[in-house]
Amino acid sequence: MKGNEAIAESAIRAGAKCFFGYPITPQTELAAYMSKRMPKEGGVYLQAESEIAAINMVYGASAAGARCMTSSSSPGISLKGEGISYIAGADLPAVIVNIQRGGPGLGGIQPSQSDYWQATKGGGHGDFHMIVLAPSTVQEMSDEVFEAFDLADEYRTPVMILADGMLGQMMEPVVLPERKGELPEKPWAVTGHKGEREHNIVNSLHLQPEALERFNNERFERYAQIIEKEQRAEEYLTDDADVVVVAFGACARIGRSAVNKAREKGIKAGLIRPITLWPFPNRTIEAVAGSAKGFLTVEMNMGQMVDDVRLAVNGRKPVEFFGRAGGIIPTPLEVLERIESLAEKLGVAPTPAIATEGGAR
Amino acid sequence: MKTVFERPKSLTDAQFSYCPGCTHGIVHRLIAETIDELGIEGRTIGIAPVGCSVLAYEFFACDMVQAAHGRAPAVATAIKRVNPNNIVFAYQGDGDLASIGMAETVHAATRGEKITVIFINNAIYGMTGGQMAPTTLPGQITQTSPYGRSVATEGYPVRMVEMLSTLDGVALAERVSVDTPARIRQAKKAIKKAFQYQVDDVGYSIIEVISSCPTNWGLSPEDALDWLRENMLPYYPLGTYKDVRELELAVPKVDEPAAVPDPVPVAVAAGAVLGGEAGEDS
Repeated sequence: MKGNEAIAESAIRAGAKCFFGYPITPQTELAAYMSKRMPKEGGVYLQAESEIAAINMVYGASAAGARCMTSSSSPGISLKGEGISYIAGADLPAVIVNIQRGGPGLGGIQPSQSDYWQATKGGGHGDFHMIVLAPSTVQEMSDEVFEAFDLADEYRTPVMILADGMLGQMMEPVVLPERKGELPEKPWAVTGHKGEREHNIVNSLHLQPEALERFNNERFERYAQIIEKEQRAEEYLTDDADVVVVAFGACARIGRSAVNKAREKGIKAGLIRPITLWPFPNRTIEAVAGSAKGFLTVEMNMGQMVDDVRLAVNGRKPVEFFGRAGGIIPTPLEVLERIESLAEKLGVAPTPAIATEGGAR
Repeated sequence: MKTVFERPKSLTDAQFSYCPGCTHGIVHRLIAETIDELGIEGRTIGIAPVGCSVLAYEFFACDMVQAAHGRAPAVATAIKRVNPNNIVFAYQGDGDLASIGMAETVHAATRGEKITVIFINNAIYGMTGGQMAPTTLPGQITQTSPYGRSVATEGYPVRMVEMLSTLDGVALAERVSVDTPARIRQAKKAIKKAFQYQVDDVGYSIIEVISSCPTNWGLSPEDALDWLRENMLPYYPLGTYKDVRELELAVPKVDEPAAVPDPVPVAVAAGAVLGGEAGEDS
């Protein structure tokens, strides 16, 4: 199954009742799949007039209590920024999928990770965060959709699945999960009060500064809980690693291959793969920074996540960056070269070949 | 003792935030009376816009959602699609509906979304202090058309219900005014018909209400209504532009033909200008 299709099918299985889309490469299969499946499930598929309308439909559907999703690719996500801010401001759950392509501007249509900053630091105006999940396999794309809907409902926040054109277009075997348990009650939703309760209001306007600050404080208390409980990262061969590659999504697959090749050459390399980009897995990086001698962040951009890696490492160890932009995917050999040169700088002399746990995923 | 007049149940007891002489309050009341008379408050969802009526969510007693500027039709679309049994109305001003939200407006209409749109046209941006709106008349002086709206550089006002009535998805498109008691009664009939069409699952309905903005027009409430009659009604003729239940009518049922806009800026009624003193930026 293609990654884009796995996301769509999993969203339906996770209980999504509405999908609002707008055509853009390279996420189009996701919307096409939804248009086929949603009507058969009694759900709503609607091709909006724009990404702006689509995200505002998500706002409305979420306000009405439905699990709902929209997907787009980089330029389209920029247009959704306003709506994402309103969704955060009104404390609505929603799942937004970004199958990234190169930018800025119209950029290109090849895979990229250049929306890391946008996703983790600036999804729209105002003080807010989204939870950002970064799958690296089609299976994870499927699993993380379930997780995204659950996190969105639990914390009443937008959740973004940040993938890229490579993952979206890639075909891999996938075991599609089934939803366990009932969907959560949403007593705050606007469904009509039926004369049985006070009217519900979904709103992000608070004209009194004290009230607006209070709502922001309350939101950031939730963010503190998310930071505490929801940091996720995968570690690969980090226990004895001198050189630790940090990479997410599709890039982590390349990083893993490069780590294996480095090990074959006798360099003790390891990999940290952040799964949650926000909250950033600071705890994992901090822990590994104690034993590792240096870090190499690999991204399909000009260097964005590396900022967060540096903050987490906090000057204790050198942090280098290697990236390719414009939709070019770095090769394992290119990454290996960077690992080797960093190992040399760090004075980590190669030792005889060490067995690895298997090849690249 | 018999009560002959009271606040509609579909209005909360929150005090309106509108300026003296503003017609928002009248239209709110007509909507609330309609909701009461149709007995639909418990299943009605209102969408408040950005603009002077942003706080409508505090005034209507039904469930309410506040939407981003211009996006009310998209929000309403989704709410109606999620729960088709809900009665969903969007309440929008001219800047919201006819400028920033033009795409959402046109596409919700052409999709034939079964929603009701109440469109307040007062030819000006009210809340931000009286800037030129898409419905500002040729020659009309506003904060951002200080020499009068020049059609040569600012173009012409948009006649929304005329335009929307050409779309197959539209079931009902009417323009009313609330400047006299008789017209308020006509407006009530139109608004009630629009909600009734949704209750009956007929389709998309829009009621444009020609409204006054004494504060930003720089006129007394009474003079503002005179100005409305003299300037707005000729440009925006009242009437039913589309009604799918009266399709036998081959031509639009309007009071009089639309005035041909003068390409040269014309002077508007004396005093109908926005000076720095008339409105504060907000």
